[in-house]
Amino acid sequence: MNDLLEILQDLHPEVDFETQENLVDEGILDSFDIVTIVTEVSDTFDIRIPAGDIIPENFNSAKAIYRLIQRCMDEE
Amino acid sequence: MLFASYEFIGFLILTFLVYYLIPRRWQWGFLLLAGYIFYALADPRYLLFILFTSASIYGCGRWLAARKAAFRERFAREKEGLDRERKKAWKAAEGKAQKRILLLGLLSNLGILAVTKYTNFAIVNVNAIRTAFGGSALPMVDLLVPMGISFYTFQSIGYLLDVYWDKISAEKNPLKFALFVSFFPQLVQGPISRFGDLSKTLCIPHAPSAEHIVPGLERILWGYFKKLVIADRMLVAVKAIIADPDTYGGAFAFAGMLFYALELYADFTGGIDITIGTAQVLGIEVTENFRRPYFSKGIKEYWKRWHITMGTWFTDYIFYPMSVSGGMQKLNKWGRKHLGDRIGKRLPVYLCSFAVWFTTGIWHGASWNFIVWGLGNFVVIMISQELEPLYDRFHKRFAVEGRTPWKIFQVVRTVLLMSLLRMFDCYRDVPLTFRMMGSMFTSFHIRDLALSSLTGLGLGAADYGILLAGTILLTLVSLAGRKGSVRARIMTFPVAAQCAVWFGLFLLVILFGYYGIGYESSQFIYNQF
Amino acid sequence: MQEANGKKRKRIRALTLLSCLMAAVLILAFLTRLLEPKYMSDVVEGAMIAEYYGAEKCHDVLFIGDCELYENITPAVLWEEYGISSYIRGSAQQLIWQSYYLLEDTLRYEKPKVVVFNVLAMQYDEPQKEAYNRMSIEGIRWSPAKVRNILASETEGEHLIEYVFPLLRYHSRITQLGAEDWKYLFHRDPVTYSGYYMRVDVRPAENLPPAKPLGDYRFGDNAYAYLDKIREKCEEEGIELVLMKAPSLYPYWYEEWDEQMENYAQEHDLCYINFLDRTEEIGLDYRTDTYDAGLHLNLSGAEKLTRAVGSLLAERCGLTDRRGDPALDAIWAKRLARYHADVEAAYAALAEGK
Repeated sequence: MNDLLEILQDLHPEVDFETQENLVDEGILDSFDIVTIVTEVSDTFDIRIPAGDIIPENFNSAKAIYRLIQRCMDEE
Repeated sequence: MLFASYEFIGFLILTFLVYYLIPRRWQWGFLLLAGYIFYALADPRYLLFILFTSASIYGCGRWLAARKAAFRERFAREKEGLDRERKKAWKAAEGKAQKRILLLGLLSNLGILAVTKYTNFAIVNVNAIRTAFGGSALPMVDLLVPMGISFYTFQSIGYLLDVYWDKISAEKNPLKFALFVSFFPQLVQGPISRFGDLSKTLCIPHAPSAEHIVPGLERILWGYFKKLVIADRMLVAVKAIIADPDTYGGAFAFAGMLFYALELYADFTGGIDITIGTAQVLGIEVTENFRRPYFSKGIKEYWKRWHITMGTWFTDYIFYPMSVSGGMQKLNKWGRKHLGDRIGKRLPVYLCSFAVWFTTGIWHGASWNFIVWGLGNFVVIMISQELEPLYDRFHKRFAVEGRTPWKIFQVVRTVLLMSLLRMFDCYRDVPLTFRMMGSMFTSFHIRDLALSSLTGLGLGAADYGILLAGTILLTLVSLAGRKGSVRARIMTFPVAAQCAVWFGLFLLVILFGYYGIGYESSQFIYNQF
Repeated sequence: MQEANGKKRKRIRALTLLSCLMAAVLILAFLTRLLEPKYMSDVVEGAMIAEYYGAEKCHDVLFIGDCELYENITPAVLWEEYGISSYIRGSAQQLIWQSYYLLEDTLRYEKPKVVVFNVLAMQYDEPQKEAYNRMSIEGIRWSPAKVRNILASETEGEHLIEYVFPLLRYHSRITQLGAEDWKYLFHRDPVTYSGYYMRVDVRPAENLPPAKPLGDYRFGDNAYAYLDKIREKCEEEGIELVLMKAPSLYPYWYEEWDEQMENYAQEHDLCYINFLDRTEEIGLDYRTDTYDAGLHLNLSGAEKLTRAVGSLLAERCGLTDRRGDPALDAIWAKRLARYHADVEAAYAALAEGK
């Protein structure tokens, strides 16, 4: 989780990712950010996130992203 | 059948009546029939295309679903005895097989789209090269371009990808799926619906209720107001300006640019209002396609608010899959190693973005104008992305952020920029467009914008008065819409006042609509996309 | 108690909706009247067809056709000199099916003994111009014949619904309304004298353009079909049909056309008279008897032609002199008073050089 938060903070230092629950819906993360996150996360955790999982619900909060990462790790 | 025709209005009334008079379990079946009639009235041959798309995508969807189910079952049964590597290999093999089904569906349908829409464009370009090297030109082919083929093809492809990604389960009933492809209100110009959204209300029984019928009709009326009173009237002057670029340069080109921005907005959002309103009368919910786009403060925001369903389609089905693909991940790693972190990280994203905007451009029309227009958007977005640090410094220095004058400046800037790019829609070819853009700066004479010279464009002073009043009304309604649905607020008025509002709007459409003999009814701009 | 309140509220709501609906209909009706062209000073031809319904239905002879009738024949003279009570139902470029449906329409109100049709309209086999359609059709009262008339006449871009709701056709006039539109909201002035459009000015016929040779002189099938329908309708109703060609020099009436009409008349045992062959006998002088260089006759010319038509009707069709019939006398006395007053005024205005 900390690795993830680090990636996120790097991208948007001004956002408090631990409390935000609507990152995509409120437009804090745009499509460029999401691709960057996916790339970084794939790199860091050595997983592949399928394109079909890139939906707002999976990126609206740090927790959601972490859940996605764990699911992908399980499937590996 | 154009939306702005008596035939369409007659078709609507008949459809509404039959829809609510037949037993409710037949309603969706009737809609399918209505869609095919609507389509056949345009050209019976179109039916072959839409039937092929419906059948092939349905088939691939079922096939995928069956394969997925079979695999899950076998995998659950047999995975115990396998080690990690074997499981992975098995999964990979299965993934490949599924991908083949997906590709079969995608390529066959995209192939039809490409052949019907882009063959002649390809021939033009090949000819340009051949003649440059002294060769002979190939003849053009006369191909049928089915109405709305881009819309229903994209909608169907989105469905198949969603099934492939397990976002939705495949529709079992082929007729219900066929209805999703051929739902008539959105057949002509979108929005591009997602199966997961539209299917929620598409095939369920709907009781006639004033709660959705009345707002639906109101929305249709508002759509006709935009379309008939504003768009079709404005189009006259737009056409006059672009038809004669030698005469109408400079300030005229500038006026034409703004006129076209208004015309396009009123035409397209009006058409979508008619579509969504029609669906609403039928009790069906269609995704919104616009959110006051001309109030955007930046081009990225604009593209989140203009033709939304198209933007999200490109993002979800092209941009994301492409950016997270293995190839792009590799490129990312390679870039970081050889070009440094900063550039390496961006390279794949920008490459995908380029692809998206190229496709967006060519999707709008088979010509270089649209490609350049799409790439123009790409360039502007990239520049604003790259300049973001600079903006940040600017904002730190000058505390303008969030202040009203600054917001207005941002909005005006965005509208002007988008309108400028839209000039590629209008003029014959790309060089001419650049020339006209240039003329706005080199030969701008303010006197050309006087009413006396604008009335030479086929519209009278009264027409400009109507346009001005209409635009003000449009803006006010748009502003009021920020605080929630305007129609819902009107609903709280006393009955007599409500009647007055809607009958007043009806009168405006009837009296000031630019339709009928002497007025040439224009096609919806997005008809053949 | 609450239930009663709810019921009351519902009733009030329904009543409000109903009155709103009525108000809406009234407003739309008012706007329709306001925006319709009035045809009172500019192109009076548009007001002719409707005028018939205000006239007493007492006619032995009905003329149906185009400007070659309503500008060339004056029923007043027919009555004064032959005691023949007649009416012209004609309008500008009235196409043959429009004449046929006008015949059907007229038969709803009265049955004449003789119908005279001017054959110039045979030249048109297809709908021509929206503006003329409007002027020929709009004034007709609604009946199945009118609907069929519209459907037969529609040009590209015309719709039946725009005849049913003329607001859809004329809404663009909202920015061009004039004093006339307000003045004639609820009434019209008469523009004809039993269908006759009177002109007293003179423009001699000189330098007529030469006739253009045509590729095919045969009248179209559609035109023939409606001529048959007119003939059959008359047979069915026991009305004598007379075909005539008025002595207008232009549009050119070709020999080949004349022959076809001769043959048709012979084949069906009808009376066909080409008055172009009888101009001398009638005494027409194209230097003084036309107001637009030979296209149409002025009053002086119309009087001469009317006399010829009158003797023809009396001799060939055996129409008797109805003068002395008190009812008819009264009707025509009224019509003639207005006619003569206006004729005098027109000549006076002409003399003054207006």
